[in-house]
Amino acid sequence: MPKGTTASIFTLTLLLGTAAHVAAQNPLAGDAKAAKAGEYEFRINCALCHGLGAHGGGRGPDLTRAQKHHAHSDAEMFQVISNGIAGTAMPANGTNGQGVGMTDEEIWQIITYIRSREVKASATASGNTVHGKELFYGDANCSLCHMVEGKGGRLGPDLTAVGGSRTREALIDSVRNPSRRLAWGLTESTKEFPQEYESVTAVTADGKQIQGVTMNEDSFSVQIMDTNEKIHLLQKDRLKSFQKTRNSAMPKYAPEALNDKELDDIVAYLVSVGAK
Amino acid sequence: MTRRNGIGRKAIGYVGSVLLVSAISHTQVTSERLINSAREPQNWMTYSGDYSGRRFSALDQINTTNARTIAAKWVYQTAATGKLETTPLVVDGILYATAQDNRAFALDARTGRPIWMYQRQVPSDIRPCCGHVNRGVAILGDKVFMGTLDAHVIALDAKTGNVVWDATSADYRNGYSFTVAPLAVKNLIVIGVSGGEYGVRGFIDAYDADTGARKWRFYTVPGAGEPGHNTWEGDSWKVGGAPAWNTGTYDPSTNQIFWPTGNPAPSNRGEGRAGDNLYSNSLLALNADTGRLDWYFQFTKHDEHDWDATQIPVLLDAGGKHLIAQANRNGFFYLLDRSSGKLVSSNAYGKQTWSDTKDGEGRPVAKKEASPTLEGHTVCPGALGTTNWFPPSYDPRAGLIYVTARDQCDIFSTAPQPYEAGHAYYGSAYFPSEEAEPYLGFLKAIDPMTGEVKLKFQHTTPTWSGLLSTAGGLVFSADAEGNFIAFEAASLKPLWHFQMGGAVYAAPMAFALDGKEYVAIAAGSAIYTFGLP
Repeated sequence: MPKGTTASIFTLTLLLGTAAHVAAQNPLAGDAKAAKAGEYEFRINCALCHGLGAHGGGRGPDLTRAQKHHAHSDAEMFQVISNGIAGTAMPANGTNGQGVGMTDEEIWQIITYIRSREVKASATASGNTVHGKELFYGDANCSLCHMVEGKGGRLGPDLTAVGGSRTREALIDSVRNPSRRLAWGLTESTKEFPQEYESVTAVTADGKQIQGVTMNEDSFSVQIMDTNEKIHLLQKDRLKSFQKTRNSAMPKYAPEALNDKELDDIVAYLVSVGAK
Repeated sequence: MTRRNGIGRKAIGYVGSVLLVSAISHTQVTSERLINSAREPQNWMTYSGDYSGRRFSALDQINTTNARTIAAKWVYQTAATGKLETTPLVVDGILYATAQDNRAFALDARTGRPIWMYQRQVPSDIRPCCGHVNRGVAILGDKVFMGTLDAHVIALDAKTGNVVWDATSADYRNGYSFTVAPLAVKNLIVIGVSGGEYGVRGFIDAYDADTGARKWRFYTVPGAGEPGHNTWEGDSWKVGGAPAWNTGTYDPSTNQIFWPTGNPAPSNRGEGRAGDNLYSNSLLALNADTGRLDWYFQFTKHDEHDWDATQIPVLLDAGGKHLIAQANRNGFFYLLDRSSGKLVSSNAYGKQTWSDTKDGEGRPVAKKEASPTLEGHTVCPGALGTTNWFPPSYDPRAGLIYVTARDQCDIFSTAPQPYEAGHAYYGSAYFPSEEAEPYLGFLKAIDPMTGEVKLKFQHTTPTWSGLLSTAGGLVFSADAEGNFIAFEAASLKPLWHFQMGGAVYAAPMAFALDGKEYVAIAAGSAIYTFGLP
C-alpha cells in the first residue's frame, strides 16, 4: 500500500495529551522479552523518523537520551505514543500512514525497548558550558549564522532546541561534517519532506550574483536568504543562472580550527540550553 | 498504430461539435456508453476516463497555444481531512466524487455547487493502513457506486445520493477495506479489496448493479486444490495478502478485465511464505462474466519490499498485437501480449539495484542479497517504489506513456511479527537511506514499445500526483509543492502552473460543458477546476 506519505517530519516535542486513561506503570518494565518485541514494533512504527536503534533518524529526535524533552514517565510516554503531539508531526498511534496502529501491550513493549536503549546510550556532555557559550558567541563564530535563545544569526538553523533532541555524537558530526546531512528548515503540509538548507547561487538577468541558502523552492520560484540575511524572492525563469549544491554553507570545522575540547564545550552549552 | 475501443483521431475535432450540445439532459449511463466513451469526450465516465486506462482526453480546446492563459474556475471544499485521492467523474454536467471518511457527493460541474452529499459512518475501531482515503465512484444506469472503508459496496441514486443498496463484502475488523474506485462492466460493479498490511486474503468481487447481489469473487490467493496454491508455504496462504486496491481496465472485444494485485503478506518478510506467492504482485486477466482466470503474469515473485503491482495497466495495440503495459512499482516497465499474458519486454525506467538478470521469459529476477536483513541494508527502489498507485497517462497520438516516478532507496530491515487478526502484519520496516541522498521526483515519458525513457522533467521533490494527457498536446500533473502544471507533451516543458496550496494525492481529469473544456484535480481538501478565461 502507499505507505509513507505521512510526510511530515518531525521535531518531536513531547507534549502530554489531554487526560485519557493512563496506566500508572508499565506492566512490562524491565522485561527483556518485551523489550525484544518492542524493538520490532519500534522498527515498524517509529524507526522511519526516529531511526534504527532509536538514535534519531535525521527526522525525529534521538530517543536514547535518558532525559526526554517532555515525556518523562512511562505513563507520559504512553500518552504521547497513543495521542501524538498536537501541532507537531508526531502522529497519534495508527494515524501516521506508516503502521496500522498498536495495541496497548505493543506500546508498552516499545516503551520497554526505549528504556533498554537508554541504558546503553548515555548522552551526557562532558564539556564546560560557560566556555562553550563564550566560543559560540565569540571565536568559533557560530552565532554569526545560528541563533540560540533569540540571540545570533539567521542564515543557519536555530539551535536553541537541538541539544535536547540530538545525541552528542550527532552534534559533533554536524560540526565536523556539516554537509553529510543538511539540516531541515520549513515544513509544508503539501510536501513529504521539509526544505533542506541547500546552498544556492543565483545570477539575475542584470548580472547580479546572489549567494545564500534556500528558505524554500519549487519548480518555478526560489526564496533565498543571502549571506547578509537579506531575503530574495526570485522567479527561476527570469534568472540568468541558478545553481544549488548540497555542500553546506557552514564551514567544515576541522580540529585545527576547533579542537575536540572546544567542540565539547560548545556541545555542552547546546545541551544545557536544549535541556531547559 | 491501430486501436480498439479507444479514442481515434476523429475525436480531436470534437470540441467544435460535441461541446455545443453538451447541455444534454440527464440520461442513463448505459454500458454501451461506457464502451463507446470516445464518442463523448465531454464526459469522464470511468476512473481512468475510458476502459483502456489511458487517462487521455480527446478535448483540445485547451492546448499548447493557449495553455498559458488557463485560469481557476471554481473550487469545492470537501471539509475532509487527510489525503484526498479522488478522481471525479463528470456525466452530462454533473460531477461525482468521493472524499475521505466514506464521503461521496455530486456537484454542478459548471459552478461547483453541491447537489447532494452522502457519508457513511466510519466505525471507530477501523484502522486503515494508509489513511481514510477513497479514489472515486463508478457510474452505471442511474446509480453511482462506491466502496467503503468498512468493506461495504454501496449503490447511491445518482440524482439524490440516497442509498439504493448496500452489500457487505468482508469484515473490516479483520483488516478488509475498500479504497478503490469500482469499475462498471456490463451490469456488474467490479471492485478489489485493500488490506495487504493486515494479512487479508485478497479478492476481486463483482456485484449486480441492480440488486447488489454478488455475482462472482476471485480470490487472489488460491485456496486448497486450486492452481497456484502450492506457491505458498504451509498455511501462509490464509493470510497471504495480494490485495487489489487499484482500478483495473477492460477490453470489451474479449470481455476480459485486467486487474492488478498487491503485495503478499507480511509485506517485507518472506520467511514463512516460501514460494512465488501467487497471485500477489500480478496482473490478472479475468472473464468479466464469471471472474474465471484466463491468464496471469507475476511481476515480482515472492516480494519482500512491498512493491505492489497495483499500477493501472494500460491497453494499447500496435503492429497487429493487442498489448498491455504497466510501469511497475519495482522500477521496471513491462509490456505484455494481452491475448496470452506473455511478456514482450521489461526495462528499468528508474534507479533500481534489486535485479541484474532476467529469467527465460525476460522477467527481472531478484538478487538474493536484495532480501531485507535483520540489520537492514539499502535497496532501490525504496518501499514507495519507482512509481506508486497514482495513475499514468497514455497519449495514443504521441505513442508515449507518461509516468510519475521517483528515485529513492531505502534501508529494509526485518522485524518478525506474528499474525493477529486485524493487526499490522508487515514483518519488516524501511527507512530512508542513511547516506541522505536527496530523493528525486520525475515526470517521465516512456515509449511503451521499447521501454525507453524519451523525455523527463525533474520536479523539485517527488510528487504523488497522477497524470492526464490531452489532444491539446498537453500533459497535466501537480507537484509536491502544490503547483498544478500544464506541460507541453512533446517536450515536457512547463507552459503554465497554478499554486493550489494543498497536497496532491490524486490524478487530473478533463470534461466539457457549454462548449468549454475544463480540467479538474483534487488538492488539499478541495476539488479545483480550471479552464480558459
